[in-house]
Amino acid sequence: MGDYIVLAISCIFVNNILLGQFLGNCPFLGTSKKMETAVGMAMAVVFVLVMAGVITWILNTYFLVPFGIEYLRTIGFILVIAALVQFVEMFLKKSIPALYAGLGIFLPLITTNCAVMGVCLINVNEEYTFIQALVTSFSYAVGFGLALILFAGVRERILLARVPKPLQDTSIGLVTAGMLALVFYAFKGMV
Amino acid sequence: MVEAILFMLGLGAASGAILSAASKVFYVYEDPRIAEVENCLAGANCGGCGYAGCSAAAVAVVAGEAPPSVCIVAGAESAANVAAVMGMEAGAAEPLRSYNLCRGGERADDKYQYMGINSCRALSMLYGGKRECEIGCLGMGDCVKACQFDAIALGEDGFPVIDELKCVGCGACAEACPKNILEVKKMSDKLLHFNQQDDRIAPCTQTCPAQIDIPKYIEQIRKGDYEGAVNTIRERNPLLLACGRVCPHPCEDYCRRGIEDEAVSINQLKRFVADYEMNSGKRLPISCAPDTGKKVAIVGAGPAGLSCAFFLRRLGHSVTIFEMMPKLGGMIRYGIPEYRLPKEVLQWEIDGILKLGVDAHTNVKLGRDFELGSLVAAGYDAVFMGIGAWKDYDLGVEGENLNGCYTGINFLTRFAKKQQGDAPLEEAIPIGDKCVVIGGGNTAIDCVRTLVRLGAKEVSIVYRRTRNEMPANMVEIEAAEHEGIKFHFLAAPTKVIGDENGHVKQLEYLKMELGEPDASGRRRPVPIAGSETLMDIDMLITAIGQGPDTAFVKDGKRLDDLKITKWSTIDALNPETLQTNIPYVFAAGDAYTGASLVVEAIGGGRRAARSIHLYLTGQEVTAPPKSLYKEHIPESIFESVEGITPKARTPMPELPVEERIQSFVESDLVITEEDAIYEANRCLNCCRTCYDKDVA
Ligand SMILES: Cc1cc2nc3c(=O)[nH]c(=O)nc-3n(C[C@H](O)[C@H](O)[C@H](O)COP(=O)(O)OP(=O)(O)OC[C@H]3O[C@@H](n4cnc5c(N)ncnc54)[C@H](O)[C@@H]3O)c2cc1C
Ligand code: SF4
Repeated sequence: MGDYIVLAISCIFVNNILLGQFLGNCPFLGTSKKMETAVGMAMAVVFVLVMAGVITWILNTYFLVPFGIEYLRTIGFILVIAALVQFVEMFLKKSIPALYAGLGIFLPLITTNCAVMGVCLINVNEEYTFIQALVTSFSYAVGFGLALILFAGVRERILLARVPKPLQDTSIGLVTAGMLALVFYAFKGMV
Repeated sequence: MVEAILFMLGLGAASGAILSAASKVFYVYEDPRIAEVENCLAGANCGGCGYAGCSAAAVAVVAGEAPPSVCIVAGAESAANVAAVMGMEAGAAEPLRSYNLCRGGERADDKYQYMGINSCRALSMLYGGKRECEIGCLGMGDCVKACQFDAIALGEDGFPVIDELKCVGCGACAEACPKNILEVKKMSDKLLHFNQQDDRIAPCTQTCPAQIDIPKYIEQIRKGDYEGAVNTIRERNPLLLACGRVCPHPCEDYCRRGIEDEAVSINQLKRFVADYEMNSGKRLPISCAPDTGKKVAIVGAGPAGLSCAFFLRRLGHSVTIFEMMPKLGGMIRYGIPEYRLPKEVLQWEIDGILKLGVDAHTNVKLGRDFELGSLVAAGYDAVFMGIGAWKDYDLGVEGENLNGCYTGINFLTRFAKKQQGDAPLEEAIPIGDKCVVIGGGNTAIDCVRTLVRLGAKEVSIVYRRTRNEMPANMVEIEAAEHEGIKFHFLAAPTKVIGDENGHVKQLEYLKMELGEPDASGRRRPVPIAGSETLMDIDMLITAIGQGPDTAFVKDGKRLDDLKITKWSTIDALNPETLQTNIPYVFAAGDAYTGASLVVEAIGGGRRAARSIHLYLTGQEVTAPPKSLYKEHIPESIFESVEGITPKARTPMPELPVEERIQSFVESDLVITEEDAIYEANRCLNCCRTCYDKDVA
């Protein structure tokens, strides 16, 4: 159990997918202007990442490795994740309309999110067990959400601050992201 | 290699199969129109419409919860496309626009140097935001930064200025402003705002029956923004050319400069910009909200009817005017003579209102050619009664119907019709040599000045009270004096004596003296017994007042229970809603107030337009909240004003007397641009500037 907690902490804080590994930068910059969208996006990512982590782990362990075709990993994962997102969208629309109403516009955006892909690949590279893969996927997603929401809060305030012309908008966003990353660096020694 | 191909094919086939199975299993019926509607929207997923993205908005449109114009980014074309998909007409929803509501404020307690971060929010959190006033703008431009559409900039004075064309009404600025100065409003909220007890409004604006923002337009004139000034006036008063000429300007009586100096010549400034627009050769554009599909009938096209039509049309309702005379304008066309308000000028102004898409039928009279029932049958949702006061009061003395005796309104309208060529077959009224007009109001003065121009040798006014009590406009009385009219004050006619042919020969009157003040505050004239005097005359006009002609009530169906007061005016349930006891009938102007002023009728027309708008949009028809109606904010009325250096008021330029009594050309002229700017600089800009006299 202790191991899983350490794993989770390491995924959420130390190796934060956004600020430690710099994956998933497009939604990080794109959906962080408003707190509401950031929260919606974070939820959608948690949802999809866990599913994707699980499915890709199964795909890898039971198909790719036994047949010795690990080199098809990337393209296979892409296909599976894309199909999965579509599937989930349809499923939600029919079965849990309330959840669909909340996540609806964000789901398709995640189809091509490299954070999702990245986590799936990490799971495989690190040769995690199923449970470990589940925990990492979930924790990375929580880390993603945490960073995104923090960042959105900061950006909402920056919107009102005096920013020199050349630095406005995305530039100051990237500078801020850099600083946030430095802050997260402080977790480095923890685990 | 083979495994790889097989694997990819298998994976693809499996995904495809699962997805297609899922699309059957999890099939949710979705209205095909949703996708079509979504295609018409902007696709920006901005959420400005209040829904979570475009698809959610499309769902709402199809569900009938959102109007076709829901998308704030895509504009009118998209609305029309959506409406086409939905098989309905675009419209209904009015676009929101952001407005800077700051009009300056009160004197602040402290003035300080602020050195912190440049954000209104920070500033207001640290200091509560007193820059130089309590409510005013902090000027750090949070709104400018919040606007995604580049529609706000800080203007020269450091206040936000909104570019209405770029503004989509998303409300980001209003959210960012910590002082609630910016507000997104619909056009109707702006056009139908009435003075409120907590508004910061100058004494003149508080007094104006049409509630024009006077210091604002004066400031625009000072800065040379004449078009802006026209727009400011037109927001409240669509008849600025007419008012600029004939308004007795009650506002000037309350002008703060008038406490220590002569009042600002507000009305001449209005006339200056109104003439500026007319002479510029082009009309300023006037925006109208999208059509609502509601129909309103306006009965009577006087100032009240025209004003009501103007505001209702701008709110998107379709408006039709029904007028009994051959041309529109009411008393300001058929009562007020050409030399005061040239018909050409009036026509230009009325054309501007008709150009907005207002229909007008003339030569149709309520009670003769149509009645309320026919309007209801024709599908009108509401009816406005602006029938004015066209029935002369009788003098009630013996002999007043002899040949050569006329009544005021009758005389003026017959003459005006003849002069405009409305009634070429009707015989002209023969003008006598020694003419007497009885009465002291505008009608009486207009009669005598018209008679002078028609060549009467001797024209006099007989009035019961004295010059001070005359209700006519002061400038009119003075002009009449200059034109050689004789005034017999304190004289009450008792008998009209005719010759053997039944033509008027003499007027007998009693001399009066002033007694105790009556209900209106004027001293009541009491007759001096035995003072009967005879006066030789050969033409007599009685102009002692007029009331509405409400004869149609008795013989009309549906209207017979319309409440009429004992002064034969139409009664309204509440003076601020102007709704009558028949819920879809509204009344204003002289028909409601009794003979009054043009501005009063214009203000009433707008007030009625507000109630009609509420009625048509299914809201409760109530008086505006916290309204400041016919009263002043006590604190804003000063006893004295410090630091005023007297500066002479610009005199009104007029034609020389000898020239003007020869013809009907306009006798009062417009002031020059230089004088207008000088006069505008005399305005103290009350209740607009934030100033701290100890610091500055
Ligand atoms: C001679 C004179 C001089 C004036 N001078 C001034 C002045 O200098 N300054 C000032 O501020 N005010 C002045 N007034 C007052 C001013 O003209 C009126 O207060 C103002 O015109 C009232 O507007 P209204 O729309 O209520 O009515 P009106 O202007 O009287 O218009 C009513 C309209 O309804 C029509 N109508 C009436 N009955 C029917 C019916 N049954 N069916 C269809 N249509 C009908 C009439 O033809 C008319 O067009 C003057 C008035 C007169 C008579
Ligand atoms: S000084 Fe100007 S703002 Fe003040 S009351 Fe007179 S006209 Fe109105």
